[in-house]
Formats: sequence, structure tokens, C-alpha cells
Amino acid sequence: MAAATTHPTPGEARSAGTRPRGGARGVLGRMADKYLLIVYSALAVIYLLLPVFVIILFSFNNPPGRSNFLWSGFTLKYWLNPLGVAGLGDAVLLSLEIALISTIISTILGTLVAIALERYRFRGRAGVNALVFLPMATPEIIMGASLLTLFVAIGAAPFFPLNFATILIAHVMFNISYVVVTVRARLAGFPRHLEEAAADLYANEWETFRRVTFPLILPGVVAGALLAFSLSIDDFVITNFSAGKTQTFPMFIYAKAKIGIPVQVNVIGTSIFLIAVGAVLVTTLASRRSNKR
Amino acid sequence: MQDVDVRLTQVTKAYGDVLAVDHIDLEVLPGEFFSLLGPSGCGKTTTLRMIGGFEQPTSGLIELHGEDVTWLPPYQRQVNTVFQNYALFPHLTIYENVAFGLRRKGVKGPEVEARVTEMLNLVELPGYEKRKPTQISGGQAQRVALARALINRPRVLLLDEPLGALDLKLRKQMQVELKRIQKEVGITFIYVTHDQEEAMTMSDRIAVMNKGHYEQLGDPETLYERPTTRFVAGFLGISNLLGGKVVGAADGYALLDLADGTRIRVSAALVAGRSAVSAGVRPEKIRLNEETETVPAGRNLLHGVVTDVAYIGVSTQYIVEVRGGARVMVYEQNLERATKSELWSRGEKVQLSWNPDHTFVVEASPADAPNDDAAE
Repeated sequence: MAAATTHPTPGEARSAGTRPRGGARGVLGRMADKYLLIVYSALAVIYLLLPVFVIILFSFNNPPGRSNFLWSGFTLKYWLNPLGVAGLGDAVLLSLEIALISTIISTILGTLVAIALERYRFRGRAGVNALVFLPMATPEIIMGASLLTLFVAIGAAPFFPLNFATILIAHVMFNISYVVVTVRARLAGFPRHLEEAAADLYANEWETFRRVTFPLILPGVVAGALLAFSLSIDDFVITNFSAGKTQTFPMFIYAKAKIGIPVQVNVIGTSIFLIAVGAVLVTTLASRRSNKR
Repeated sequence: MQDVDVRLTQVTKAYGDVLAVDHIDLEVLPGEFFSLLGPSGCGKTTTLRMIGGFEQPTSGLIELHGEDVTWLPPYQRQVNTVFQNYALFPHLTIYENVAFGLRRKGVKGPEVEARVTEMLNLVELPGYEKRKPTQISGGQAQRVALARALINRPRVLLLDEPLGALDLKLRKQMQVELKRIQKEVGITFIYVTHDQEEAMTMSDRIAVMNKGHYEQLGDPETLYERPTTRFVAGFLGISNLLGGKVVGAADGYALLDLADGTRIRVSAALVAGRSAVSAGVRPEKIRLNEETETVPAGRNLLHGVVTDVAYIGVSTQYIVEVRGGARVMVYEQNLERATKSELWSRGEKVQLSWNPDHTFVVEASPADAPNDDAAE
């Protein structure tokens, strides 16, 4: 094989041994080896990030009218006055409140459900197992419609008006499923002998959970919570059915879409994106540092 | 009551219809290195886990220093465990791993630090405080697990095959280390292993377990020199078993007729009135002589042909087929015969002889009974 190549350097001889090549095809092949993956990856990343980039870019746009679709000059004025549209501030605040509270409730409940399902064999376990998956499997529109029916059926206004509470109930309901699934995945591979070791070292059930079990499933709990938060803050379909007269941030955008979305929405959107990226960076760095130690 | 650290009374553990542990009675004395030895599935680990509180017995009683702990959870027992896979907490440093038990007991401040330092010195790992369990080797993890258990100064330390995951050289090293530490701290050790050599090296007493109960309990020498059951004889070292019928008695010895009609002598006390038994002898107790030599009187004597020779270095292992057809393993130190020309060779006729006092007796079995056409 080495004799067939024009310049049989040791390196070439070796690679020639593993993959025969010659002439122009070889050069092209080598080029492809080197650049195809890079090009392909770059295209994929661009495809994923282009919409985000447009949102960020248009948060600096200075449109003459109400619609924010054409680039018409750079300005910082919307960044300096991000809540300067009637109702926007309230909507953002409401969305944040609901996302935060529903995340806390569903993370606690979901973690407990996950532990129960993973650790104990009890009557009705199979049923609970199926029910947990239901909110994920059911189309949102159906879930929203049936929730509305339920809310109306059980509490005719004014005892049970559709408002903050009903949105919260709806969000906790679908969030729990995602928390259960993520925490269970973490619990499935949990080394049980660590809990025995803790018990052996005088830790009762609660201390064992606090000192050993919980710290070790924490990554799963955090992942579940983040998932719940992001699902909650941008949910539109279910929220729309259970909101009544209250308006969340996604609902605000939807309402404004008919008459032109204000630039401030891009500002808020960009901010949320940056906060999310920042959070990911911080956790990555933190885990890298703790691994290094 | 005061002279027993751990007492098991008729302890049974059933999983469905299977008896993992079958009515065990056991007494472990203070300061003793006690081993539960047996093949996998013999119930040794289940027994240990019941003492530790990780399993509840189906029936029976477990006492620690006279106190009934049968139903107490692990964290209320004055015992600690070294687990087979170490079970170090991966999210805690070595320091916090070792300090875990002290903290749960409410020990605070400088005392924790002093005791952790003392323990890490004892297991020869000073300076490892800040590391995480993922950053140390298997042997080191094993020693941390030991330190983490011993720091609590338990009355009894339970060890579940703690050396199982280590390579041979490290295992030998740790055996010596464990024995040293046990002497130093003076704590009762209950040690579970399937490795007979490991058990013999370290233990004061061993219970040889099989099928949920122990077949024999005693010090290593007794178990090796005087096994009382076929299982024990086979599990600890190699033994040659020869079936025979008791035909008489003389001078404290019972006379036994083997398959080929050879009459040998065994201690009458060991036969204990049985009419058919199997006589056993360890390979290193047998001496080989040429057919023409005169074997000193009083020794048990068999005739056979060498069928296999394996030179090991310190010794040579022979398999000799004796007249009745049984194959007998013989170890000979390479002392008088060492070179190839001096060793016994295949096909040579030899006399096998051993001291009747080196003969042990186990229950008879069809496998080596006399009157069978034993030849294989």
C-alpha cells in the first residue's frame, strides 16, 4: 500500500493502510472529513438561534408605527423604558408570580410523588403511574377546555371566579408530571446502600433523607424545577382557558398581536433569554468547579 | 450475659418459601474476630444484615450485650458496618464521610476534628480530608469506610466482604492491616467472607455456613484439622475422603475397612458410634514411599499408582489412584526431592501413609462408600 502513494511518508503510509485513497477524490474526501461536520453544526446552530437573534435585534428597533417587523433604525429607548406599555408590567409580574409559585408547589409535590412511586409498592400505584403521564400525553387544548369545564362546573362565580388561583391550579397540575419524571429518572439509579450506610451511622429516616438522599437527587429536582418554571412562564393554551379576565404575559402578547406587538415585548423576551443563559452558565461553572475539587 | 457481645437465638429469615437463614444460634465473644464463611447464597450476609438491623428476622431473637435489638432500626444499634461496596457518600468529602456518625450523635467542634484526624491516622490516610470519594482508589475507599465505622467506637463492627473488590495483592495487605487495627482498637469484628484463606488468616473463630445454617464452628486450626462434615472438609482446603465401614476398635482407635479392604485406624471419638463413615486426610499429611520401602508401623497405609504430577514450586502435587479406585491428592514439599528426575513420575507405584491422628471423620456418602465398584 505504501508504495502506491506518491510520497510515502510514514504517516501517509499508515493512513493509507486504514483507508485507501488516491487523486482528487482523496483530497475532496479529506476536505469533507475536516469541514463537513463544522459546516453542518454551524448551520444547525444558526437555524436554532436565528429566531432568538431576530427577537434580540428588534428589541433595539425604532419602528415608526405600531408594527415591529421592519428594521428602521437603532434605539435604546425601549430598553430604558421596558414596561412603558399599559398592562405589560402587570402581565409580566403575574406570569412570574404564577411560574414561581407553581414551580415551588409542583417541585415539592412532584418530588414526593416520585419518591413514593419509585420506593414503595402500594395499592393504586399503577393508577398513579398512568395518571402522572396523562397531562403530558393529553393535547393542551383538550386539557385547557376540560379544565374550564371543571372550574365552571364546581364553582359558579362569584365563589370560584377564574383568576390567579385557577391558573395556578392548572399550572401545578401539568408541572407535577414533568417534575415526577425528572426526579424519578434520578432516583432510578440511586444506590440504596448509601441510605443503609446513613442509617448505620445513626441517621434516622428524616436525617438520611436530608443528608444523603436529597443532596444526591438534587440535580434531578433542580432540573425538574427549571423545566416546570419554563413551561409555566410561557404557557398560553391552558392558561387562556383558565384565566378568566386576568392576563398573563403570553396572553398579553397574543392580544397585542392583532394591533402590533410593542417593542417592549422584545425587550422582556430578550431579558428572559439572557437570564436563562446566565443561569445555565452559572450552574455549569459551579458544577465544573465542584468536580475539580 | 456480660461475656457475650452478640447473641442470636433461633434466628430465621424466610423469603417466601426459601429459608435464607435457618434457625441459627450464635454467640460472639467480646474482642473476638469472628467470621461467617460460606459460599454465596449460604445466608452469611443475611445474618450480618440482621445483626446490623437492615433486615428483620422472620423469627428469633438478636441480642447485643444482653439487650434485645431484634426490632430496633440500624441507627439505634451500637454496631457499625463496613459495606461490601464501601457505600461512601459521594457528595461529601472524606472528612465529612468519616465525621458523619459523630455529627449524627451531636458531637461538636474540636472533638470531631480530633477524632477524624486520629481515625485517618489509624487507617494511614492522613491528609485525605478534603478529597471526595471519587478521587481515591479502591483500597483507600475501603480504609475510609473502615475509619467511618470505627470512629463511632461501636461495640461490634460488621464487615461484609470488605476486601471483595480489591486485587489479590492489596487484599493480602489489607488482611494484615485489618487484623492489626482490630487488635489496636479491641472491638469485636464480625466478618463475612467466602474466601476460606482470608477467614483462616484473620479469624479467632469461624462459623462455616451452608444452606442457611452453620455446619461447624471453631478456631481455624480445628476447622482445618478436624472438619466434622463433608462440606466443611471440602470448603476449607482440599481433602481426600475415603468411605469405610467400622469393623472394630482398639487403643482408642476405631478400625475402618475401606473399599479395597484396607484397614485403617481413626480416632474412636470422632467416629462416635457410627457404623459407616468417611475418613478424611489432608494432602500434605500423606507421605509417599516406594513399594519396596518399609513404612513405619502404626501409620495408615494405602497402595496406589501416580496418575498426575504438577510441580508448583514450593511443593509438588500428585494424584495417586489407590487400589479401591479412589483418587488421592498428595502434596509433597520439594525438600528431599526437587529436580525432575527425583520427583515421582506418572505410573510409578507408591505407598501412601499418614498418621492415624491426622485422620478426620465426616458423614458417609454414597459417593465414596465401600462395597461400591468405586473405580471411576
